[in-house]
Amino acid sequence: MTARALPFFPPFWLSAVTSSGGLIGKAVGALKRTAGEGAAAIQQAAEPPGPPQNPADIERFRRLLLPYQDDAYAFALHLSRDPSAAEDLAQEAYLKAFRGFSGYRGGEPKAWLLAIVRTCFLDWARGRKAWAAMVDPHAAEEAEDAPAEQASVEDLLVREAGIKALRLAIDGLPEPFKQTLVLRELQEMNYRQIAEITGAPIGTVMSRLARARAMLIAALRPSASKGAPA
Amino acid sequence: MSAPCPDKEPMLHALLDGELDAANASALEAHLQTCPGCAQRLQALQALHDRLAELPPVTAPEALKGRIDAMIAKEARKTVRPARPARPGPFLGWLTAGAMTLVSASLMVAILDDGPSLPQELADAHVHSLLADHLVDIPTSDKHVVRPWFDGKIGYAPPAAPDLKDQGFPLVGGRLDYAEGRPIAAIVYRRRQHVINLFVLPAKGPFVVPRLGPAPGGYAMVQWRDRGLDYWAVSDAEPDELKSFHEAFEKAAG
Repeated sequence: MTARALPFFPPFWLSAVTSSGGLIGKAVGALKRTAGEGAAAIQQAAEPPGPPQNPADIERFRRLLLPYQDDAYAFALHLSRDPSAAEDLAQEAYLKAFRGFSGYRGGEPKAWLLAIVRTCFLDWARGRKAWAAMVDPHAAEEAEDAPAEQASVEDLLVREAGIKALRLAIDGLPEPFKQTLVLRELQEMNYRQIAEITGAPIGTVMSRLARARAMLIAALRPSASKGAPA
Repeated sequence: MSAPCPDKEPMLHALLDGELDAANASALEAHLQTCPGCAQRLQALQALHDRLAELPPVTAPEALKGRIDAMIAKEARKTVRPARPARPGPFLGWLTAGAMTLVSASLMVAILDDGPSLPQELADAHVHSLLADHLVDIPTSDKHVVRPWFDGKIGYAPPAAPDLKDQGFPLVGGRLDYAEGRPIAAIVYRRRQHVINLFVLPAKGPFVVPRLGPAPGGYAMVQWRDRGLDYWAVSDAEPDELKSFHEAFEKAAG
């Protein structure tokens, strides 16, 4: 197992209001208190997490986490946009989850698993970027500012007005915005869970989500680029 | 189209996501009655939400689920039985291997191989299936259920799993197991109170004549090859009983 620790959920509520002043800060204050808030965040790194130690624990792992194989794969696919990489990422995430299961301290198991998927994805993306930079120094930069597909969104809309265009538009979102949107709209995680998974304060989650939605609405508007004056 | 109030915009998202507390939610709802800008914005967000909800869900490939299951089974085996008998030192290993050349070339391959030998892995798998309360993934005595269940989970054509109840070996079910770094099929039979694990893998190595011998850990093990598949039956039943099991299985499999 690599030295990288399993995701540690920071006590985001401490920084939520202070780090994001202004309108978002005010909105954070208006949020309801979710049941069990912070329960998952009370994690002490007293000992490095290890695998389950007895059959009952192994059974508990299976029961809690195996129902989310589709979600782990779907999230990995949204992050990587590569079906075979997504399979590897999902499998690796389950391996890490199993080997670090003693570090799971209650809370939504799906959120815990998706946080691990995200960690695996970040490692994978870092490795791929380093490799791309080695092979072709310019490729990495191009990969950085990504969404080349955006232009074709409206053509698709005209032709089939549907699912493909929507997927393309989601894929075209810059990284942190895409993650936040996918976790909320497709994985149905709440703000607190998204904050845990992405390691961001709740205010940041809210502003990313608002921007992601604004970008999507703009990208999906039929006359996104042609109709509007330049 | 009028713009939403800048100070309400983040709240609109929180309202849509069901994250506002009751007081703020009703205050915002009252505001929406009188502010077309905010109302329109919320409508646009809701429309986007509805469109996203219509995206067909992504499901993981069955083969991936099989791999994850098998991987966890293997990891579980490592943690529940951490004490594997120490492997012989290099000198003893060579000596053993040398002696084995006289007996069986295929056994030697297994011993010189990295990691635990296949018989050792299968004996471990047998023990684990009894220990961890995970004997079968699909409990059934219907051979028409077991075979298709393996389809797509193991990466090779699944074996027939005849019920041998009349011969004294009722079919219990199927389980996904793990050996040689890949998911494999385990078909589970019972002989009175004894469990028989029949592991099926794609044939590998030189041709194998059916043979009966003790498995690591003192279990009985019988091995044979049929139509491109290697069969390993492991059990704590008597060796003779395992031999009749083999005969009954081959006869039923045609």
